[in-house]
Amino acid sequence: MNDMNWIAVYPEIVLLAMTCVILLVDLFSTSPRRTTTFVLTQATLAAVALMHLSWFQGGFTLIAMQGMVVADAMGHLLAFFATVATAVTLVYARPYAADRELLKGELFTLSLFALLGIQVMIAANNFLIVYLGLELMSLSLYALVALRRDHAVSTEAAMKYFVLGALASGFLLYGLSMLYGATGSLDLREVYTAIAVGQLNPQVLTFGLVFIVAGLGFKLGLVPFHMWVPDVYQGAPTAVTLMIAGAPKLAAFAITFRLLVEGMIDLGHDWQQMLIVLSVGSMLLGNLAAIAQGNLKRMLAYSAIAQLGFMLLGFTVTKISGNTFSAVNGYSSSMFYLVTYVLTTLATFGVIMVLARAGSEAEDIADLKGLNQRSPMLAAVMAVCMFSLAGIPPTVGFYAKLAVLQALVSTNVTGYIVLAVVAVMLSLVGAFYYLRIVKTMYFDAPDGGAVRLDDGPAGVRGLLAANGAAVLVFGVLPGGLMTLCVEAIRLAVAVPA
Amino acid sequence: MGLLSLAIWLPIAFGVVLLAAGRDEHAGVVRWIALVGAVLGFIVTVPLVTGFDTSTAAMQFVESVAWIDRFNVNYHLGVDGISVWFVLLTAFITIVVVISAWEVIDQRVNQYMGAFLILSGLMVGVFSALDGLLFYVFFEATLIPMYIIIGVWGGPRRVYAAFKFFLYTLLGSLLMLIALIFLYYKSGGSFEILEWHKLPLSGTAQTLLFFAFFAAFAVKVPMWPVHTWLPDAHVEAPTGGSVVLAAIMLKLGAYGFLRFSLPIVPDASQEWAGFVIAISLIAVLYIGLVALVQNDMKKLVAYSSIAHMGFVTLGFFIFNKLGVAGGIVQMISHGFVSGAMFLCIGVLYDRVHSREIASYGGVVNTMPKFTAFAVLFAMANCGLPGTAGFVGEWMVILGAVEFNFWIGLLAATTLIFGAAYTLWMVKRVYFGAVANDDVRQLQDLNRREFFMLSLLAAAVLWMGVYPKPFTDVMDASVAELLRHVAISKLN
Repeated sequence: MNDMNWIAVYPEIVLLAMTCVILLVDLFSTSPRRTTTFVLTQATLAAVALMHLSWFQGGFTLIAMQGMVVADAMGHLLAFFATVATAVTLVYARPYAADRELLKGELFTLSLFALLGIQVMIAANNFLIVYLGLELMSLSLYALVALRRDHAVSTEAAMKYFVLGALASGFLLYGLSMLYGATGSLDLREVYTAIAVGQLNPQVLTFGLVFIVAGLGFKLGLVPFHMWVPDVYQGAPTAVTLMIAGAPKLAAFAITFRLLVEGMIDLGHDWQQMLIVLSVGSMLLGNLAAIAQGNLKRMLAYSAIAQLGFMLLGFTVTKISGNTFSAVNGYSSSMFYLVTYVLTTLATFGVIMVLARAGSEAEDIADLKGLNQRSPMLAAVMAVCMFSLAGIPPTVGFYAKLAVLQALVSTNVTGYIVLAVVAVMLSLVGAFYYLRIVKTMYFDAPDGGAVRLDDGPAGVRGLLAANGAAVLVFGVLPGGLMTLCVEAIRLAVAVPA
Repeated sequence: MGLLSLAIWLPIAFGVVLLAAGRDEHAGVVRWIALVGAVLGFIVTVPLVTGFDTSTAAMQFVESVAWIDRFNVNYHLGVDGISVWFVLLTAFITIVVVISAWEVIDQRVNQYMGAFLILSGLMVGVFSALDGLLFYVFFEATLIPMYIIIGVWGGPRRVYAAFKFFLYTLLGSLLMLIALIFLYYKSGGSFEILEWHKLPLSGTAQTLLFFAFFAAFAVKVPMWPVHTWLPDAHVEAPTGGSVVLAAIMLKLGAYGFLRFSLPIVPDASQEWAGFVIAISLIAVLYIGLVALVQNDMKKLVAYSSIAHMGFVTLGFFIFNKLGVAGGIVQMISHGFVSGAMFLCIGVLYDRVHSREIASYGGVVNTMPKFTAFAVLFAMANCGLPGTAGFVGEWMVILGAVEFNFWIGLLAATTLIFGAAYTLWMVKRVYFGAVANDDVRQLQDLNRREFFMLSLLAAAVLWMGVYPKPFTDVMDASVAELLRHVAISKLN
C-alpha cells in the first residue's frame, strides 16, 4: 500500500517529461508547419501508447504512489485508446489548424497536458487524484477552445465551457467532501470498505452521491447537465471539438467507473436509478433535438448526448435483486460502446476538417450536399460513420448497441427489458438524422456542380480511409475488441478491495 | 471455403472492388466486371441444387466457424429444402439486374453495380444463415445498399421513399433484435437457430416473441396494414431496385416466418393463426381492389405484389403441407413474375419516361416482340395454368379449402381480381390503336433486352410446366417443419 511502485506510472512520467521538452523545443521552432513539434509529439504519443499496451498485456494490477494511483488492465487499455485518439486527432488537426493560423506550439502542448490529465484520471485511486486529473484536463481544454481568441463564437464557447465546467467541478468536489465526511477517507478502496462495513449515515452518503453523479453527468454531457455540449461543439475550432469529443469521454468513463463502481458499488442500488433517469433523458432529448439542427457540429453534439446516454445503460445493471452478476457484462459493454464511439467520432470529425477549407468551415449539413460526386472517398467514410452511429450492421456501432442491449436483457427483469425496448425505439429516432446526412451526401446534387474536391494531404487521407475501414472491419470482426474490454473489466472488478 | 460462403462473398468482393476502383470513364469495363461477378456468383450456387439430397430435412452444405466468442456467435451457414431455391433465385435475379442496367445507368455506374452485387451477397447470407445474430446482421445490412439505390438513382420522390423504406423496416427489425437477445438468454447463451427450435418456452414468452418477429417480418413481406412503404419504394426505385425488392427482398420476410416464427414459437403461431389468416385475406381482397384503380403501372404491380404475398402468408398459417409448400412455390414464382413485370415497365419507361397507364396504348403495333413477353408475364401474374403463377396459387387454394372451405373460397377470388387488374392494364397499355406519337416512335427490343426477358420467360414457363424439381426439393423440409409445428413447446 505504501510502495511507490514507480513502474506503474512510467507512461505518465514519460508523457509529462516529454511535454515539457516539447514546450521548450517549440520555443526555438520557427517553421510555420511546426514539423519538429509535430513529429516529437507523435513520437511521444506512440511511445506512451506502446507502454500502456505492454503494461496492459502484463495484466497485473499495481497500487502505486503510496495508494494514490492504481494501474490496472482497464486503466492501461483506456489510456492506450485515449493516447491513440489524441494522436489521430492531431494528425487530422494539423492541416486544419495551419489554414487558420492556429498551428502553434500551444495546440500540441495543451493537447498533451489534457491527455496527461486524462491518464491521471484513469489511474486515480483517490478522490483528490480524480479531481487533480479532471482539472488538468479541463483547464487545458478551456484554453484550447479559446485558442482562436479573436473569434467571438469561440470565445463565447470557451467562457461557457469554463463557467459550467467550474460549476461541475464544484458539484463533484462537494459530493466528494460529503463522502469524506461520512467515511473518513479519500482513498477509494477505504471508502469502499467503509461503505461495505456499514453503520454510516445513509443520508450523508446519498446526499454526497447525488452531487457526485451530477458532477459526472456534467462531464459526460448528460441531460439535464448537457447545456454546454452543443455550444462548445459548435463554437470550438473543429480540431478542438474533436479533442473534446474523443479522448475525454474515455476519461469520463474511467472516473465514473472508479468513483461509482470501485468506491461505491454497495450504493449501486441508489446510483443506478439516477443513471437510468439521466440515460433515458439524454437519449430522448439528444435524439429529438438533433433532428432540428442545421449545423453539423451541433447535430453531432446532440448525437453525442444521446450516444452517451445509451452507453450509460450498461452501468444500470450493477445490482439486480441484491447481486452483481450482470455487472461485469454491463460495464464491459459500456466500455466497448465508448471505445467504438470514439473511433467513429474521430473519422466523422476528420472528414469535417478535411472539408473545411482555408477561411471557410464545413459547418452546416448543407455543406455536405452531393459530397459523393465531389469526393467519393470522404463520402464513403462519412456514410460508414453515420451508419455506425445509427447502429446498422455491418458497422461496429451495431455491436456496441447489441452489447449494451444484451446486458439489459440478461437481467431477465421486465423493467430492464422495457428499458431496452425504449432504448431501441429512441435509436430508431436517431437513425433518422444520421440517414439525413447520408441523404445529403448521396442523394442531393452539389451546389456548385460536381467539382472534384481535394481529399486533403496524403497522410490525412490515408489515415481517414484507415479509420473508416476500421469502423467496418471491427463491424465484421468485433470479437477481439470485445474480448479485450471484457478481460479488462473482469480484472478491474476482481481487484481485492 | 464452402459453396455458400462463395455465394455470399464472391459478389460482395466484386462489389467492393467496383466501389473502390471503378470510374465513370471506364463504365464499359465496370459493366463487364459486374456481369462476370454476377455470373460467377450464380455458377457457384448451381451445385447447391444439383448436389442437394432431397431425402432429408437436415441442413446441407453446412459451414460453422466461431465468430464472436463473447456471445458464442458462430458463422454458421447451411440450406435446407426451404431456403436453397432462394439462394439460386437471388443469384439469378442479380444477373438479370446487371443486364437490365447496361446502358440505362450511365452515372456512377460502379456504385450502382457495386451496390447490387453487395446486396446480392447479403441476401444470400440471409437465406443461408443458421445463427440468429448472423441472420440479423445480413437482414439489416441489406437496408444500406437498397437505401442508396432508391435514393441515388430513383424517381422524383426518391428521398421520401428511401427514408420510408429504411425507417419502416428498421422499426420492425429492432424489435426482432430484442427478441433474438431474449432467446439468447433463454437458451442459456446460444444464437443457434436450430437450438432455438428445440427450446421450450412459456405461453407469454411465445406470444411476445411471436409479435416481435411478426413486427419485423410483416413489415418486410409486407402485410396489410404495414404495407404502405412498398408502393412508394417500388414507384421511386430504379428498375433494378424494384426488381430486387419484389423478387427477393419481400421474400426475406416470408422466409423469416418459416425459419423463426413457426418453428420457434409454434404454440403462439397456432394461437394467432386466425389473426394472420385474416389480415392475409384482407391483403388478397382489399389490396386486389386497390390495385384495380391504380394509374401508375409500377404502383399497380406493387399492389399486386402485396396481394400475392398475402397468399404466401395465408398458405403458411393454415399449417398443412399444400399450404406451406404452395406458399414457398408462390414465393419463387412471384420472384420470377414480379421481377419480369418490373423489367417490362422498365423497358417502356426507358423509352417514353412515363409509368402512367394513360401514356400508352397500342404498344403491340410498334413493339410486337416485347408485347409477346409482356403478355406472357401478365398471364403468369394472374395465374394462368402452364405458367409459374398458377402452381403456387393452386396449391394454396387447395390447402385452404382443406383447412376451411370459406377461407379457400375467399382466397380463390384472387384469381378473379388478379386477372381483372392485370388484364385491364394489358388491354390499356398494349392493345387497341396507337395512342400517341411516343408510342408510334417506339423501337422494339434490342438484343440485350430480348436476352434478359427470355431468361425470365424460360424460368416462368419451366416452373409452370414442370414444377416437380421445385416441390421435390422442399418436400422433406416442409414435412419436417409441419411435424415440428404440431408439437407443443409449452413448458
